[in-house]
Formats: sequence, C-alpha cells, structure tokens
Amino acid sequence: MWNSNEISMLLEACVTSVYMTLASTLMAYVIGLPVGILLVVCAPGGLKPKPILHKIFDVIVNITRSIPFLILMILATPLARAITGKSYGANATIISLTLAAAPFIARLVESSLLEVDKGVIEAAQSMGAGTWNIVLKVLLGEARVSLIVGLTIALGTVLGYTAMSGAIGGGGLGDVAIRYGYNRWNTKILLETVVLLVILMQLIQMAGTKLSRKLDRRLTD
Amino acid sequence: MIRIENVSKTFKSKDNTVEALKNITLDIAKGDIYGIIGMSGAGKSTLVRCLNFLERPTEGTVYVEGKDLSAMTGKELRQMRTKVAMIFQHFNLLMQRTVLDNICFPMEIVGVKKSEARKKAREYLEIVDLTEKENAYPAQLSGGQKQRVAIARALAMDPKILLCDEATSALDPTTTKSILSLLKEINLKYGITIVIITHSMDVVQEICTKVAIVDAGVLAESGTVEEVFATPKSKAARKLVFQGEQKVPLMKSKRCIRIVFTENSSFEPVIANMVLECKASVNILLADTKDIGGIARGQMILQLPEDEQTAEKMIAYLKERNLTVEELKDYVEQ
Repeated sequence: MWNSNEISMLLEACVTSVYMTLASTLMAYVIGLPVGILLVVCAPGGLKPKPILHKIFDVIVNITRSIPFLILMILATPLARAITGKSYGANATIISLTLAAAPFIARLVESSLLEVDKGVIEAAQSMGAGTWNIVLKVLLGEARVSLIVGLTIALGTVLGYTAMSGAIGGGGLGDVAIRYGYNRWNTKILLETVVLLVILMQLIQMAGTKLSRKLDRRLTD
Repeated sequence: MIRIENVSKTFKSKDNTVEALKNITLDIAKGDIYGIIGMSGAGKSTLVRCLNFLERPTEGTVYVEGKDLSAMTGKELRQMRTKVAMIFQHFNLLMQRTVLDNICFPMEIVGVKKSEARKKAREYLEIVDLTEKENAYPAQLSGGQKQRVAIARALAMDPKILLCDEATSALDPTTTKSILSLLKEINLKYGITIVIITHSMDVVQEICTKVAIVDAGVLAESGTVEEVFATPKSKAARKLVFQGEQKVPLMKSKRCIRIVFTENSSFEPVIANMVLECKASVNILLADTKDIGGIARGQMILQLPEDEQTAEKMIAYLKERNLTVEELKDYVEQ
C-alpha cells in the first residue's frame, strides 16, 4: 500500500512543517511579545500611558492582521528573497509566516496580560515596583498560564499557515498536498497529509494543555 | 508622620466629573492607629491611595515624614513607597507564587539577595503564625491566612506606615478579630503607624486610637475614638455610631436616651440595678457593649417609662454612675 519513497517524502514533509512552525512561531514571538507588552503598558490607563505610541502600534497590528495570509506571503516575497536568497521553500516561507503571525501573537499576549488582576498590579506599585519589575514579575509571571494557552493557539494557527503556504511554493505537508495530492489527482496522498496535520495539531494541543495545567498554581488540587 | 493638606480629587470622564474628595486636611501622628471610616462611596479608598500617591490629588498635597509627595520625582515616589506598605480587601497576592515567594517579592524589588530575602521572609511568616504554609500557594489558603501572608509581605518592606484598605471587610467576624489583634501587635512591637480604612465602626472601636469620618468626599469629623463615639457631632458620625439603625416603629413611650459606657466595670450590672432601684421597666432598643480589659465599652439606647418622674430618676441614676446620657429626639416614631 505504501512505498518507501512515499513514506520518506511524507516524513520529510512532516519534519519540514514542524520546523517551519516552530521557527516562525519563535521569531514571531520575538516581535509579538514586546509589541503585546507595549500595547498593554502604553494603553490609556496602563502602567505608562503613551496614547500616541499605543495608537500607532494598534493600527499597525490591525492592518497587518487584516491582510489575508496568502496575499501577505506574496507581498513579503522580496523581503524573503533579500534575507534568505530564495523566494520559495521552507526558509523563505518562515519570513512571511513570521510577519503574518507576529501581529496575531501581539494580540494574544495583550489579551493574556490584560487578564492579570489589577489589584495585584496595584499592590506591586504600592511596594514601589517600577514598570519593568511589574512587567517581568507581575504581568508575565501571573499571566504565564494564559500565555502558554496563547502559545498553543499560535502554534496551531501557524501550522495551518504552513500548510496554506504550500499553495505558493512553501515547503512541508502543504506543499506535498498541493503538488502530489491536488495537481496529480492523488487523493490518497492528499488525505495522508491531512491526517498528519491533524496528528500534529493534536500533539501541539495536548502538550500545551498539559504544560499550562502543570504550571497553574491557582488550582487547588 | 502623615499630613494631608487640602486634598481634593476629581475624576473626570467624558460625560461627568466626580468629586471624590473635597478639601481634606488631616494629621496622622507617629504610632497612631488611625481609622478612616465612611459609608461605601464616601471616598475613603481614594483618600488612602492619595497617601502613597497611587492616586495623585487634583489639589492639595500630602507630606510623609515631612516630605512633600507632590514635589517628588517618579523614582523618589517609588523609594517612598518602599517604606509605606499597603494591604487590601482582596489580599492581592501573586497567585502563581508560593507564600514564601510572595513575601520575598517586595525585597526582590529593592534588590535584597535571594538567600537573605528567604531567611527574612521565614521570620515574618513566624510573626503572622503561618510557618507551616511557606510552600503553599495562595489558592490553598483561607481568607484570613491570605491576609496574614499579605501582612507578612507588608512587614518584609520594613515599613514605617501600614495602610489597610478594607483589610477585614472580606473576612468573617472571628477572623477579623484575629487580624485586628495582629495589626495591634505590629503597631506596638514595631511602632508602625497604621491607617485603617473601613466602613465598620466595630473595627474602629476595636483597635483605633483616632478616627476620621469621611462623608461624600468631605471630612465630617475627626478626633479620638472615645470623643467621636461618645459625642458624635456630625450627621454622618451619628449615622455610623448608630450603625444606620432605622427608627423603631410601634413603641408607645416617646422618651429615649442613649447611654455611652466608657469607664464602668464590665461586671457592674448598671441597667439591672437601675431597674431594681426605680421599680420600673425600660425597653432596650439597641445595645452594643463589650468587655475590653474589664471595662465596659459601647452604647445602649433605652426607652424610658412614660412617667416623667421615674424617667428623671433613671437619668439621674445613670449620670451618677458616670455614664454619658443623652436625650434622643424622634428616635421612636409615635
């Protein structure tokens, strides 16, 4: 039923998908986490209100989020080529995936941090804690469970994006699905990539749920 | 220690302005346990936040140890705050940290070494009598225990002043008592000036030395607890002292008196003796007395018999026993 070529191709695509997902999510957090923190800290009524700066980032995040991923990928091609030297393949796709995921992650981080009890922030202020200490120890520390849940959502979404990127020359399972499954009418391969994607998504979700439960000290049992 | 000078605070939003505080001036001396009492919405929580400038007054200023807070830079304010601890109605502990790490938190902020912070934290945990809970998380503690952790955390700052914002309002009466006695102990042992925000006259009576009554953003009255309790002058004070009791209907006799116990022995049955002496009954409309170290403290409202002469005799008897007696008009509806 399976020949070894097909299996190794699928496995390789799997690894590529995981690689693309992890690398671009990581890079997207490098951008999205600080922006998310900024959106909370500089918001009107935040720790250090800076309404104009907040508005600028708010608008940038909204604009980038409203561009459909496939179009963003095409728009980001020159940038990907400038950085990776190629306009297609896994590495090039990571650049556009990062750009697409960063604003989404900024919003996830923002909403996690906004959940932190205002009273606890006030308590830290009453102890003389500065903004930096409050961000690091109170906001990120208290929101860590919610941040992990956000990370899980981000990984899942980015995994979905990697599959989509196959349509315009990204690597991984999406690429296999398009080139072998769709273009060559090979329904079997198409379904196999879907099953593999479902399994990957399950693994991400399970790991995320488990980790967030383990880290949550608010549960008494 | 703390001087509040002409402090006003106005909150402005798009469609309305709220004057939370109006021109409040108050002096809090070193070592005081100062109660600030008022109905909810009176502005007392805003007032306490002005004491460490978590809320900046719109007008007026606050001096802490002679230093004008409104003239301080952000850094100086933060430095000042490390010496003014605060505890809250909802405890505001870090839920993701253990009890011990919570107590270490203020020391982390000022850069105390971790090993030293932990050692000190254990000492403070001992003071609040929670040694066995050092590795527990706040979610595993009762309300009273959480407040004890918050107090230990406050002590870890080695503060000169402790602000308590409705610190016992979320606790049951027994736990409230134990927290209050802990606060009293801290006040005596470490000489920490304590400011207590509350809506309960019981709390003020239990531990405060002085009291200020805030009503609708205005300082209605202030003085020693005995003074204010024995002769409340403002309407707000009377309302709080009588604990908002409503007029009692369906009573026939119209003459009521309020008596205040301040120095009589708890073991002297004053009212019962008076009844025996005068051979007429009285109706107790309100009684709120307690034994504090052998001295009867509190108040009673009595409805006197209709007969003028007996009533006068009773008043004379009570005055003779050194009780403050005050005629109440219209306490009872006809």
